Amino acid sequence: MSDVIVLGGGIVGASAALMLAQKGQRVTLVERDFCGSHSSGVNYGGVRRQGRPLHQLPLSQRAHQLWGELPGLIGIDGEYVRCGHLKLARSAADFAALHAYAERTREFDLGLQLLDRAELRARFPWVGDVAVGASLCPEDGHANPRLVSPAFARAAQCHGAVVHEQAEVVRIKHDGRVFQVHCANGLHLHAPWLLNCAGAWAGSVAAQFGEPVPITSAHPAMLVTEPLPVVMDVSTGVEGGGIYARQVARGNCILGGGRGFALGPRQARPGQAAVLEILRNAAELYPFLQGAQAIRTWSGTEGYLPDHEPVIGPSSTTPGLLHGFGFAGAGFQLGPAVGEALAEIVCSGASRQPIEAFSIRRFQA
Amino acid sequence: MKPVVIVGAGPAGISAARTLLDYGIRACLVDEGLRGGGQIYRRQPEGFQRTAQQLYGFEAGKAQAVHRTLDELAPLIDYRPRTLVWNAEDQRLDLLTDNRADSVEYSRLIVATGATDRILPVPGWTLPGVYSLGAAQIALKYQGCAIGERVALCGSGPLLYLVAYQYAKAGATVVAVLDSAPFSAQCRALPALLGQPATLAKGMYYRAWLTAHGVPVHQGATLAQIDGVQRVSGIRWGAHTLACDAVAFAHALRSETQLADLLGCAFAWNPLNRAWLPTRDSAGRSSVNGVYLAGDGAAIMGADAAQMAGERAALALLEDAGVATDRHRPAVLEQQLARIQRFRLGLETAFPFPEKWAAQAPDNLTVCRCEEVSAGDIRAVVDDGHWEINRVKAHCRVGMGRCQGRLCGLAAAEIVAERSGRSVEDVGRLRGQAPIKPLPFGVQVQP
Ligand SMILES: Cc1cc2nc3c(=O)[nH]c(=O)nc-3n(C[C@H](O)[C@H](O)[C@H](O)COP(=O)(O)OP(=O)(O)OC[C@H]3O[C@@H](n4cnc5c(N)ncnc54)[C@H](O)[C@@H]3O)c2cc1C
Repeated sequence: MSDVIVLGGGIVGASAALMLAQKGQRVTLVERDFCGSHSSGVNYGGVRRQGRPLHQLPLSQRAHQLWGELPGLIGIDGEYVRCGHLKLARSAADFAALHAYAERTREFDLGLQLLDRAELRARFPWVGDVAVGASLCPEDGHANPRLVSPAFARAAQCHGAVVHEQAEVVRIKHDGRVFQVHCANGLHLHAPWLLNCAGAWAGSVAAQFGEPVPITSAHPAMLVTEPLPVVMDVSTGVEGGGIYARQVARGNCILGGGRGFALGPRQARPGQAAVLEILRNAAELYPFLQGAQAIRTWSGTEGYLPDHEPVIGPSSTTPGLLHGFGFAGAGFQLGPAVGEALAEIVCSGASRQPIEAFSIRRFQA
Repeated sequence: MKPVVIVGAGPAGISAARTLLDYGIRACLVDEGLRGGGQIYRRQPEGFQRTAQQLYGFEAGKAQAVHRTLDELAPLIDYRPRTLVWNAEDQRLDLLTDNRADSVEYSRLIVATGATDRILPVPGWTLPGVYSLGAAQIALKYQGCAIGERVALCGSGPLLYLVAYQYAKAGATVVAVLDSAPFSAQCRALPALLGQPATLAKGMYYRAWLTAHGVPVHQGATLAQIDGVQRVSGIRWGAHTLACDAVAFAHALRSETQLADLLGCAFAWNPLNRAWLPTRDSAGRSSVNGVYLAGDGAAIMGADAAQMAGERAALALLEDAGVATDRHRPAVLEQQLARIQRFRLGLETAFPFPEKWAAQAPDNLTVCRCEEVSAGDIRAVVDDGHWEINRVKAHCRVGMGRCQGRLCGLAAAEIVAERSGRSVEDVGRLRGQAPIKPLPFGVQVQP
């Protein structure tokens, strides 16, 4: 018998398992495929606070602290660098929006620096002329999701969590006190706590407990270049959306933009339209890419709720059931803090960070 | 109406296009190469003067026939050379021609994407002056140049002796041929090989010719290391060393299956090819409706078989499209293909896969040269508990570079299998990801 069953081995579930194990709980993590093989392992790798809605910022700030302790938490640096996140504005209106954001988030101490055209040119000469200004968050950065997310599960295991991979949860029963979880491979587990961290697939668990949510899947398109001379010294994005890009130490540039399509319930591809969009338009923002070659593309399956906010916190129907899913393309950075918040609810009844805005109750009319 | 599209203008694709035209269907034939003919019958650039005899030897007649067929077809069909298929989606292929992106929708599709060398790396294989056997042959056939002046040819498979013969005939000094297969294996294979006496005779002729012309052939000799600082200076095997200035090596061929993968074709483990291959029925129908497979891209069987399989697939396509076709031809083709298949079994006995390769690969051996991943890096990931090839890729980048594992994928799988105590089949296959080959930024898109 475990104290807690965590359903889903993405960064959210694995962080929760790690934090719970660190607090002495008996944790079992069940993952249908391999830990960190879905969104958490294939995302763009942006670890940024800049641009998030205000009510996400307390959680995001806490995540920022945890990312700062990454090697101590998971045993590797995960290629995490705090090189800064530069958000580009393509018009005066977009630049004004960046100003307004900086104003609104002043109390959170993100350290945002607004750069006008001349300052932007001087500091980041590789940015294309289409940018009229930018906002820099110097302490944001990026990391390698392929390494970071599986390492959270590995760390949980090292702290005593039991991790079952290739174990798909197919049936869950609750007798008012204990959850009985059955997996396709014959595994049976029970525990008084169940954490629903099943990412884009979490909706069916919620629905089963009488609290359906309007979750949909979407598939951000990703692309990577051959290694290029290192020029990008910050991770970038564009106000109002568009092509985002970062460059890793090895020299490869990773770009995202647009949406792909589902190949099946678990697999996705970026799609030719999105790939060609990136190849045609990226050089406008990042002129040094002209003539470089894209060597690989990919996508993933991410859960989105209509308001683009996650569901985090206790079930409204079932004691012992906690949710943490639906991060709308931005859960990699938040993941460790969400895991911690869920662990705190289990251990002390409440999360230290405010999470009321993410309650599943918001979908109950 | 959407056209029938054929990808690959080698023997399989050309024969498919010919067959379709015989029944009034003008296919769209797409090929990455400058001039059609495929790898085996690769044509020299315009203006080069060598005769077919010089270029293709015994195969001159066949090569000329294939070229003639394509030349006749070209004006009658929609032939698109210099065109890379980089993605498949939604009954449509995405194309790249001279920096222009375009796409073509298809009603039905024949995939005849051919093969490349199967590479089992050895220390020193990334030195300048080291080529695959196929690449060494292309240099000679296409550009009319040798890879070096004193050339060592290593590995195994029929191509080994053919390339040695072609190099020696063209005037290069072949300092040694190292065949990892022992002579005894070739003797054991004889009964099966006798099924195709002409092909067997050619193989024996090359072998005898090499000996008669003083080219040293070492059987049961496994290339252990390629020496050199700035470029190749020699090779080692057993207790032997030998000076040379270029090396070509490969262990037979591997199918180019990425397009079939992107198309969603089902794959199955093929023990004979020691690879995951797209499944097909005896006519070449894949698991995906309207998608047909032919030639070495479906399984390694050689040029003659590719030509037959191209015709067979085209007939299946016609039949499925409701066109009345020659009722006897399919059975004839399938019988001939079955015979070649038995010969293939013999070849596999004659040139067996070097099972010990993975165990012997030193830790510091570079397996994936795009991403600079060593055998030791891969083993470390396996020791960490991973064994599924895509997970191993995620952890150490093997197969993530510009070749997307086309060169290193099979070798990496061998190492993972050996280290994890699983079969190569169990380790799985690298998932295909677009683009099949790199795409440039700034590409022009057809409206
Ligand atoms: C292409 C892409 C780019 C992105 N870029 C960024 C970015 O730059 N920055 C950022 O912060 N965020 C980004 N995101 C979002 C981020 O990756 C996700 O929000 C985050 O990883 C979600 O973590 P998770 O643990 O909830 O989900 P997942 O990683 O999807 O994990 C859920 C797990 O649950 C398992 N599971 C599901 N059902 C079952 C079952 N029945 N039984 C057992 N296991 C089950 C799944 O197999 C899966 O492993 C991106 C997402 C994508 C797809």
